[in-house]
Amino acid sequence: MDFTVALAQIKPKLGCVADNLAMIEEAVAQGIREGAGLVVFPELALTGYFLKDLVPEVALSLDSPEIRRLAELSRQISIAVGFVEVTSDFLFFNSALYLEDGAIRHLHRKVYLPTYGLFDEQRYLARGERLRAFDTRFGRIGMLICEDMWHLSAPYILAMDGATTLICLSSSPGRGLSAGESLGSTSAWQRLTSTTAMFLNSRVLYCNRVGYEDGVNFWGGSESVDPSGSVTARGKILEEDFVLARIEEGALRRERIFSPMMRDENLFVTMKELRRIEKERDC
Amino acid sequence: MSSLTVNTKLLRKILVGFIREEVTKVGLCRAVLGLSGGIDSALVVYLAAEALGPENVHACIMPYRTSNPESEAHARLAAGELGINFEVIEITEMVDAYFELFPDADNMRRGNKMARERMTILYDHSAAHSALVLGTSNKTELLLGYGTLFGDMASALNPIGDIYKSQVWQLSEEMGVPRVIIDKKPSADLWAGQTDEQELGFSYREVDELLFRMVDLRCNREELIAAGFAPEFIDLIYGKVQSSHFKRRLPVIAKVSNRTIDRDFRYSRDWGK
Repeated sequence: MDFTVALAQIKPKLGCVADNLAMIEEAVAQGIREGAGLVVFPELALTGYFLKDLVPEVALSLDSPEIRRLAELSRQISIAVGFVEVTSDFLFFNSALYLEDGAIRHLHRKVYLPTYGLFDEQRYLARGERLRAFDTRFGRIGMLICEDMWHLSAPYILAMDGATTLICLSSSPGRGLSAGESLGSTSAWQRLTSTTAMFLNSRVLYCNRVGYEDGVNFWGGSESVDPSGSVTARGKILEEDFVLARIEEGALRRERIFSPMMRDENLFVTMKELRRIEKERDC
Repeated sequence: MSSLTVNTKLLRKILVGFIREEVTKVGLCRAVLGLSGGIDSALVVYLAAEALGPENVHACIMPYRTSNPESEAHARLAAGELGINFEVIEITEMVDAYFELFPDADNMRRGNKMARERMTILYDHSAAHSALVLGTSNKTELLLGYGTLFGDMASALNPIGDIYKSQVWQLSEEMGVPRVIIDKKPSADLWAGQTDEQELGFSYREVDELLFRMVDLRCNREELIAAGFAPEFIDLIYGKVQSSHFKRRLPVIAKVSNRTIDRDFRYSRDWGK
């Protein structure tokens, strides 16, 4: 079906769950007003990014009042949102929820926690171990969190699992200034979202935050990419924004007829070779 | 084009946004800084005026009796162009009063004392005006340790600490810093006729090209030699970066507990902001 997606390019406050929840509720209300069917928030929208030792303090369980409140709001609009999840055995995950019709439709735990350069996620967080697509009223969707997207296998698995829409929640720090038009991180991401969409004949809905934490900027530039890899809407760079993009089923149908790479993708060959590689590595 | 060439419009946007957000998120709206008449502090005051509005920027011009009078004139010029608040606070009396006790002190001790005298004045003005102190040390100086610890290196926020001197020049052009300030030779202005490049023994452009490859691109010694840098120059600069590293770190704390500040008690400074 055709629908409108809203990409809420917000500026979360570091470690302030209540303030961020209020900010998110406001954006949800705006999405409803603007007639969007789905609103996407950035990675760790409820908490901010460079949490370090704050992780246990801001973590929420799936039955917390905050998550229940957001689930309640999803009766009016579907919501994809990032937060720190704590489990009953006290593991902390960088997680994203897809909420729809008042319920949790899917939970994704970030699989690839970057721990290099300015990143230190694996020091504080546990690794997710699942990549699964799920059914929604907008068709089958796969969700990834930021660094997940940089591992080819992750969007590939979701697409093979039937996802035709990939949602990526991000807190991407701006860096790599050169003489070029964009920051290095901006142009790298723009190549990635477009290429991923094109390879997998899938839409990519990318939501990145803005603001600064301890001098690190987050560059925004949230975008809706159609299954041919063309950007149909893009948020402002380095400024808050609320991006509305119209998603048309026809564009997906036509692209899948025009470039049927996913139809021709050979799971048998892929699995056979991966199993061989796995076996050879064992020796 | 040098690999140090940057998109100055984008850089401007990032640094102006940085000052605006980092000042306002702590519940303040003003900044204070020392204006020397040199290009680094001139650039920062232009960025701050754009970020906060000239009425929210307060500059202290703090000459010593041996400072070049041209420096104060240039500081006044920049402040006047922007319409920011400024005052001239001469540090001669306080510095000289101290060195009457230590008349044999060398130039380095005197220079450091002046830098720290200025720092105490800025932090006093920070309290007086509810304003954050803006730092004006660029990446070249910070990496070489060419600054005074707890003196000119002290600040609450440093907008230009990740850009090299060569990039300070580029951004200053973009911001419209007065030509006379951009074109003059960089000087710590501790005594008449002093220039940074004379004192350091190499030019900023030269060392920036090396530092960029060494630090940002992580080229190793062989790669730097292959790129045309003299081995002695590479070793000299590597040595400077290493021996000045203490200036870029907080004081070392002896660990005895399970949670030691900054080692296993880790929070961003923007915690709760």
